Amino acid sequence: MVDWQSERQARDERLVAGNKFAEGKMVAPDAATALLEALIRPGDRICLEGDNQKQADFLAACLVKANPKVLHDLHVVQSGIVLPEHIDLFEKGIARRLDYSYSGPQGAAVARALNSGKIELGAIHTYIELFARYVVDLTPHVALTVARSADRQGNLYMGPNTEDSPSVIEATAFKGGIVVAQVNDVVDKLPRVDIPGDRVDFVVVAPKPFYVEPLFTRDPASITEIQILAAMMAIKGIYAEYGIKRLNHGIGFNTAAIELLLPTYAEKLGLKGKIATHWALNPHPTLIPAIESGWVKQIHSFGSEVGMDAYMRARSDIYFTGRDGSMSSNRMYCQLAGLYATDLFIGSTLQIDLNGNSSTVTADRIAGFGGAPNMGSDAHGRRHPSEPWLKAGREASDGHPHLARGRKLVVQLVESFSEKMVPVFVEKLDSLDLAEKFKLDLAPVMIYGDDVTHIISEEGIANLLLCRTAEEREQAIRGIAGFTEVGRGRDRKMVEKLRERKIIRRPEDLGINPLDAHRSMLAARSIEDLMHWSGNLYDPPNKFRNW
Amino acid sequence: MLTLRFRHTAKGRLSGKTDKAIIGVVASGNLEVLLERVLAGAACEVVIATPLRGYDATWKAVVAEFVERSSPGGLRISINDGGARPDTVYLRLMQGCALMEAE
Repeated sequence: MVDWQSERQARDERLVAGNKFAEGKMVAPDAATALLEALIRPGDRICLEGDNQKQADFLAACLVKANPKVLHDLHVVQSGIVLPEHIDLFEKGIARRLDYSYSGPQGAAVARALNSGKIELGAIHTYIELFARYVVDLTPHVALTVARSADRQGNLYMGPNTEDSPSVIEATAFKGGIVVAQVNDVVDKLPRVDIPGDRVDFVVVAPKPFYVEPLFTRDPASITEIQILAAMMAIKGIYAEYGIKRLNHGIGFNTAAIELLLPTYAEKLGLKGKIATHWALNPHPTLIPAIESGWVKQIHSFGSEVGMDAYMRARSDIYFTGRDGSMSSNRMYCQLAGLYATDLFIGSTLQIDLNGNSSTVTADRIAGFGGAPNMGSDAHGRRHPSEPWLKAGREASDGHPHLARGRKLVVQLVESFSEKMVPVFVEKLDSLDLAEKFKLDLAPVMIYGDDVTHIISEEGIANLLLCRTAEEREQAIRGIAGFTEVGRGRDRKMVEKLRERKIIRRPEDLGINPLDAHRSMLAARSIEDLMHWSGNLYDPPNKFRNW
Repeated sequence: MLTLRFRHTAKGRLSGKTDKAIIGVVASGNLEVLLERVLAGAACEVVIATPLRGYDATWKAVVAEFVERSSPGGLRISINDGGARPDTVYLRLMQGCALMEAE
């Protein structure tokens, strides 16, 4: 007799073990470690949520306290390795194998643990790639999630921080897994239900509200004139040129500068309503002046941003909000939006090689990918046309117009030198050395050169769509690489020819007055300015309050 | 402080009539540029006072590129550098020329 319901039986056994520590679904915080030891089995795949923003930090701390003789060899399948506790799981031998997406602040610790054999690496994914594997071959046995509030039935309210949770919980709950939620409080009536209670098995009220990283706040006070110059080129040479309405911005001061130039410089160019109206974007505080000036029609977000709750509630015409009025985010949907429904991605990077491949890997840090490779790639499954997409496709192809497909614009916006005079343009990416050192099958490349359509530096725009040979491509990149070695190694004659063909465009070719590259051009020059723009609805986190 | 001096012959005289302009501030990672229309014909001189040694070749390249692209004949340019990156230096020079060309 084949047993077709062994998974359900195993789940029931786990529930019985866990119920010893619970009253209904409620578990006291000091029983949380014992609960996890009872629910989780050695070798299980677990997701300890945990992305680049919100953190199930209390459950993480409880899991680290588990006895490694009871819990060992766990396979961690989660988007973010962000907290020190995530690394501790491996150091203590509770977890062994890792499949993940992003490890920003723990990039160096991941590299060390990999080197010492504490982490056995499966692969580094993009977000939707990992979520996709949740329903194919990396389904979690146990998911530890985090919400703002729960009720007694286990319904969860996540508010603006829904983020990865629906993807994680759906995969776990419908494949015989167990879901445990950390919450800030238990209430009789939730503002809205983000996760239905019948997908949640246990609820723990954490002693402290869960941590959220303000990852998308950029202080306008730190934006330089070089960044303003490059942002003006992006607006005039790309947004206006292609008529970009639907877009995604990466995080960084370069793109924050674009956001702050919309109500000033772009307004002067008469571009309002013609560009930058529909966004797949986290709630960047630096977009507030553009929203308040009527530039933005709508924004869907991957996650939330600390301090933006009241502002988003008051601007429900712009943001996606629940019936209760609070904003709602969803990383899976927003990543898909960035992949299929935007015409442009623009972001920064740490290194670009002569083929246009880019990487944010630096020596001894494995920071992962997050969402950039999906935002920054051409979706070959896309079938709906739009003017910018068709124009980019025409530029890339000399073939038959009816068979030419469109192209998403993927723009790298950099300064030729980053901090401490480290060149951004290089002959060889550091990620190749890293792949060799850590024996990775694949060198971590954030965005492959064949997906990049334009590179912008303070020296100009290189349009790679118009290049026809590898040599043209290399010289187009050298031609905007400034005073780096790569830039100084250019063939000056060829670069001038590329400029005649508009493959390279300088600020002067675009009619940009260098005197406009001034901080007075920014719609807000400080966090305090952003607060004023928002009618004091934006409530910046303390670390950004310097007045 | 180290002083570097570069003399060039530009393609032509810089247009405009402004005699003198100052742009930028001396601060860490920034620089102040004084431009004076005092030289004859297409001559251009750039004098740099910088706290950092070892960047002579970079300064030379930046000044040569600037002279090539903007034709600043007639100008003596004095730079008070606070350890600025070459891209910032280049932007300041272009801004200075724009000021001198303004009517």
